[in-house]
Amino acid sequence: MSRRALVVACAVIYFFLMLPLLVVFPISLSSAAYMQFPPPGLSWQWYERYLDDPQWIDATIRSLYVGAATAILALALGVPLAFSLVRGRFPGRWLLDRIALAPLIVPTIILSISVYGLFAKLKLIGEWYGLVIAHTVLALPFVVLVMAAGLRDFDRALEQAAEGLGASRLRTLFRVTLPLLRPNLVSAALLAFISSFDELVVALFLAGPNMTLPKKMFDNILMEIDPTIAAVSVMQILLVSVVLVLIGRFGRGLSGSAR
Amino acid sequence: MSSRLGGLLPALPALLLLFFFFLFPVVRMLGYSVEGGSFEWYAKALGQGLYLQVFWNTFEIALFVTVICLLLGYPLGFLLATTTPGWATLGFIFVLLPLWTSVLVRTYAWMVLLGRNGVFNRLLMQGGVIADPLPLLNNFNGVLIGMVHVLLPYMVLPIYGAVRRVDPALVSAAQGLGASNARIFRRVYLPLTLPGIFAGAVIVFVLSLGFYITPALLGGGRVIMLAVMIEQEVHQTLNWPFAAALSASLLVVTLAVYAAAQRFTRAGADT
Repeated sequence: MSRRALVVACAVIYFFLMLPLLVVFPISLSSAAYMQFPPPGLSWQWYERYLDDPQWIDATIRSLYVGAATAILALALGVPLAFSLVRGRFPGRWLLDRIALAPLIVPTIILSISVYGLFAKLKLIGEWYGLVIAHTVLALPFVVLVMAAGLRDFDRALEQAAEGLGASRLRTLFRVTLPLLRPNLVSAALLAFISSFDELVVALFLAGPNMTLPKKMFDNILMEIDPTIAAVSVMQILLVSVVLVLIGRFGRGLSGSAR
Repeated sequence: MSSRLGGLLPALPALLLLFFFFLFPVVRMLGYSVEGGSFEWYAKALGQGLYLQVFWNTFEIALFVTVICLLLGYPLGFLLATTTPGWATLGFIFVLLPLWTSVLVRTYAWMVLLGRNGVFNRLLMQGGVIADPLPLLNNFNGVLIGMVHVLLPYMVLPIYGAVRRVDPALVSAAQGLGASNARIFRRVYLPLTLPGIFAGAVIVFVLSLGFYITPALLGGGRVIMLAVMIEQEVHQTLNWPFAAALSASLLVVTLAVYAAAQRFTRAGADT
């Protein structure tokens, strides 16, 4: 196969990858009430309908704060966990490693119904913090992967220098280690946020009557497909693009872990 | 000993969370499947044609998705690894953007594209290519297209990594000795990138087995995969023991594939 054939094949594959992301833009601006392509005319009506509907706004706000709380909790628990995994020297570390990454491997549907069964007993269905707890379990592996990648590349001579100059361990941690790992912290936080913001399956079971944005979208898709979903989709795509740009600009650790 | 265990201390809060809200609930739920000490729910799940069919569907779809992802993912990963850094950055953006776009958004977009009155069918009919709409949605095809789209990036990334690790000197040497491009691919790249192919295939296959959103929406109730059936048993039938037996089966298969893959990779690394 020549180089040109490879490029052409990849162009087609890229078209396939980007097509669903691109198609929602014209549809979200359609003046028609049902699916028509190309749209007969342009209008902002679907964006207005989204902004005017308290249910959509409620769901969006809930998803935003659940995502933010998930990112904070996942960092608070995941960063120390990553330190243990990379620097600790204790028996059974391999087991800890497996447990930390297990939520990535165990199918989400199994986690969802399990936590649903437990939370139904504890009367936590519909509580926003119940959702945060379950989303943190799912976000933890991302935080651990990104932070562990940063810690493995970390030059420990810098910490030894700080301690040699008389800094306490805590001071070294907060003045030297963590600031140097800031790009990884940024990536980890944003990934944890997005993983919660987009999460549907857990929310399907735990959200109860209190919709998150993905659950509201899911219900709408099942009941009526109108271009409001396209408008919401466009806003989600733009949000994710902004987050990816932020990771590219201020973050590190994803491509590092792939290498 | 105590100072060594001190290294475990920072992990403790996360471990408590994982124990109380992950390990414990999962074990508790799986316990329902053998309530009363009988295996009747497993017998039902694995012994009746109807349910066996769901297992088979799930495997079949996962296998198809893995093969298609490999066929599409290899050229992409290869190009990304061998092009200039500028193009590679751009190429990566267009792989990562779909990866981080909500699965729900993408699934919705496929419904718009593939539906009876969807974009594809309209364009094809207006163009006079077909007289009747093609059945692209609410069937096997739709689920396959949607899942390949979601999982393709998971195949591209490990293959990219594997191609990057191939020593360019080997390729130059092969070229110098007069090997054709096809031969260089077959004798140099393919064997050296096999671990990457394998890693990508395992990830895609394992993730496919537990898929819920895409089959639920694009299958139109006609393509039942395991995760969809588990959801129905919990939400609609309220049959917890049966849902637990199905979950246990899904979990065992998933972990078995994963463990086998790890063993295989380690054996490959030793030689």
